[in-house]
Amino acid sequence: MLTAFAILTDGLVYAAYLFLVAVGLSLIFGVMKILNVTHGSFYAFGAYGAATAVGIYVERGWSDASGFLFMVLMAMAIGLVLGFVLERGVLRFVYGKDEVVIVLVTYAAFLILEDVIVLIWGPRSYGAYQPMVAADNIEVGDLILSNYDIGLVAIAALVAILSYWALKHTRYGRLLTVVIFNRETAAAFGINVTLVYTVTFIIGAMLGALGGAVMAPKISVTLGIGVEVIVLAFAVVAIGGMGSIEGALIGALIVGICRAAAVHLVPQLELFVIYAVMALVLIFRPHGLFTQAAPRKI
Amino acid sequence: MTAILSVRDLEKTFGSIVAARDITLDVPAQQTVGIIGANGAGKTTFINMITGHLRPTKGTIRLEDRDITGWPSREITRLGISRSFQVAQIFPSLTVFENMCAAAAAAGSNGAFARVLTPLKSPATVREADASIELFHIAAYRHALASTLPQGIRKLLDIAMAVVGSPRVLLLDEPTSGISVEEKFVVMDVVMSALKSRKLTVLFVEHDMEIVARFADRVLAFYDGTVIADGAPAAALADRRVQTLISGTKPEREGHPHA
Amino acid sequence: MWSRANLFGALAFIAVAAAAPALPAWLVSLATIAFANALVVLGLVILWRAGLVPFGQALFYATGAYAVALLSRYAGWRDVFLLVAVGAAAAGMVAFLVGFLLARYRDIFFAMLSLAMSMILYGVLVKTETLGSTDGFHVESGTFLGYEPHGRALNLALFWLVLGLSAVSAFLITLYFRTVAGALAMPVRDNEIRLEFLGISVTRLIHLKLVISGILAGLGGALAALAVAHVDPNMAYWTTSGGFVFVTILAGVGSVAAAFVGSLVFELLRSIAIDLLPGFWQLILGSALLLTILFLPEGLGSLFYRLRRAPEQGS
Repeated sequence: MLTAFAILTDGLVYAAYLFLVAVGLSLIFGVMKILNVTHGSFYAFGAYGAATAVGIYVERGWSDASGFLFMVLMAMAIGLVLGFVLERGVLRFVYGKDEVVIVLVTYAAFLILEDVIVLIWGPRSYGAYQPMVAADNIEVGDLILSNYDIGLVAIAALVAILSYWALKHTRYGRLLTVVIFNRETAAAFGINVTLVYTVTFIIGAMLGALGGAVMAPKISVTLGIGVEVIVLAFAVVAIGGMGSIEGALIGALIVGICRAAAVHLVPQLELFVIYAVMALVLIFRPHGLFTQAAPRKI
Repeated sequence: MTAILSVRDLEKTFGSIVAARDITLDVPAQQTVGIIGANGAGKTTFINMITGHLRPTKGTIRLEDRDITGWPSREITRLGISRSFQVAQIFPSLTVFENMCAAAAAAGSNGAFARVLTPLKSPATVREADASIELFHIAAYRHALASTLPQGIRKLLDIAMAVVGSPRVLLLDEPTSGISVEEKFVVMDVVMSALKSRKLTVLFVEHDMEIVARFADRVLAFYDGTVIADGAPAAALADRRVQTLISGTKPEREGHPHA
Repeated sequence: MWSRANLFGALAFIAVAAAAPALPAWLVSLATIAFANALVVLGLVILWRAGLVPFGQALFYATGAYAVALLSRYAGWRDVFLLVAVGAAAAGMVAFLVGFLLARYRDIFFAMLSLAMSMILYGVLVKTETLGSTDGFHVESGTFLGYEPHGRALNLALFWLVLGLSAVSAFLITLYFRTVAGALAMPVRDNEIRLEFLGISVTRLIHLKLVISGILAGLGGALAALAVAHVDPNMAYWTTSGGFVFVTILAGVGSVAAAFVGSLVFELLRSIAIDLLPGFWQLILGSALLLTILFLPEGLGSLFYRLRRAPEQGS
């Protein structure tokens, strides 16, 4: 019984993490049909930026709440700049090329950015534990839960609700939905698809950086975090369906719970389970659980 | 007269949309059948079912005495039913000669294993490819990249590729579509004499009534998913319903209101 | 059969083999790894020509490598020819099985499913103690039909082994590209549906190409395991697959030679970059890739091809 509860809480926290990491990727893929490997860089930049921000606010003795806000804002600012530079500087030259070619372009950009991170922050690892420590823990029965983790779940839920609402109820969101559905038709209706692309990419970048920032207090911010995260994000997006917020949420939950179950019951299967689910979904529903396949034009 | 192609009670529905229904007919060997009808009348659906691209919801299709209903396209091709396409389906990155070699090699090879051992440009394949190129009068474009071909030559290439495998039945989906009015007859002349020389049974979809009248032995008129007229061109094209619904010519006034 | 290019290639292989004893050991080791990787790239070229870009060739590479390592450690096998043959065969078998699913997919789904499968293997390797988990384990040096070389002799023996197998593979694949199966790659990329209407099962054709590329990747992995004398789960990680994809982009898919030359040049450049400009290698590589994709989409190999090619058509 305790194990079941532990699996649930662990799974939920991990799912929150995965969702935050994957939602930006899902958005970019849905709108622009680009599987953006650079998303890992957004995450990494967000984490490193957060670490720097934490360093600053601790040094200046700001309160934890404003420090956390500063951390988040810093990360999102970095995401904004990075997203803009990448989209205007690199991506817009390859729109219209083969999907796979664009993925390779984003992979090349990711490599470049990995070294840029080292140039800016050096090869050492950073800690940004302060927010997590400050949030403290609570006891639920025999389990000790970190308040920060609970906060993480809350943030994920908030982002999910906000994105969902924005897509369905704001003008921009509805424009996005049209473009996701069919870019050509959208353009034919006079929608400035180029602008939509730029804005979407920047939002996706900011979400990716946000993911990195909120995770920074939980991990050791070091080289290679981007590399690990991308493939996990891919798994979540492949499972839930690309371009679907609900899909990213369900995908994150499925992967989160499965992984937690594996960790508690059969630890050897921890990584296997994630990619096995991804493979299974790709086999039976290649477009993910929540997206419709586009009709094949002959 | 043994029919080479027989169709019984053929039907195709997509959810609640009935694309084709109640199609029953026999096509004798070496007959040339013109298929007419407005867009959406079911002509392409009919062709797609016969060539295995679509699985009929009801009914049967037989090639001579063999039931081929629902078979996949590549097996139907292997049995001897070939088709050309409304939009020419060629290999744009290859030259005309390479396109033909690919088609000839594909038709000639038997099984995955054989394909690893047979060279693409074997003497037999090259001979067949060259023969087809000559037959369809596209030798001048032999080394041109398929993506650079003018529309008429593309269509000829498309048809040539369907013919190189020595099929017995050939379905041409709008062979003259996209070709200028002046050129249509020229292209059809080339195509039909090539096909007659190979003793093929041909079914072709066409919107131009003059071409149908000139080249078909028999006309099938499609409307709303079914065949509303089936007979010699003169009779079928004069049929009142065909004139009203398809060819758009006014029927002579007989004092009866038309549908 | 023996075109000028083939002859030139054969001579090049012989020349390199003969020159090896005169070259410094580090260069010979580097070339050994480069050619082992080149085999994986060759497998990628086969798939790439058909329009398929797998993001998980590391699955077969690691299978070949671990097969060698496990047989060497637990079954005591030492003969390199046997080990390498079994490694390649094991990878081929995995490709055959995986192919039943993978061959049905295209474009980004093919890439993702391929990636997922390689990550499944990674997940298994990382978490399994008997397979060495994250550290992997050491591979004993092999014997060559009874002969057990050490030091410099081993260095050369491994190189000649890889070179010989590379030459054989290059020759066979050159022949393959002229067969119906090999030559239909471009039509698959151009217009798959047309091929189906011409009577070809494209799925089966792709399945075949997967198996061939799997065997080549496994061969490369097996040789790498012997050359580096170590295996670890990183050989199945997605960045390893990515590395092979990069070399393929840079070298281009125009010729068999490009895979080998490209791989060699790549390893040399990487060595130099890490030596002279540590911390800039990924930046350089990423930039080179971007430039290649944007301005030379046929790869650097195409430059050479364009210079060399006489304006003869229909050959």
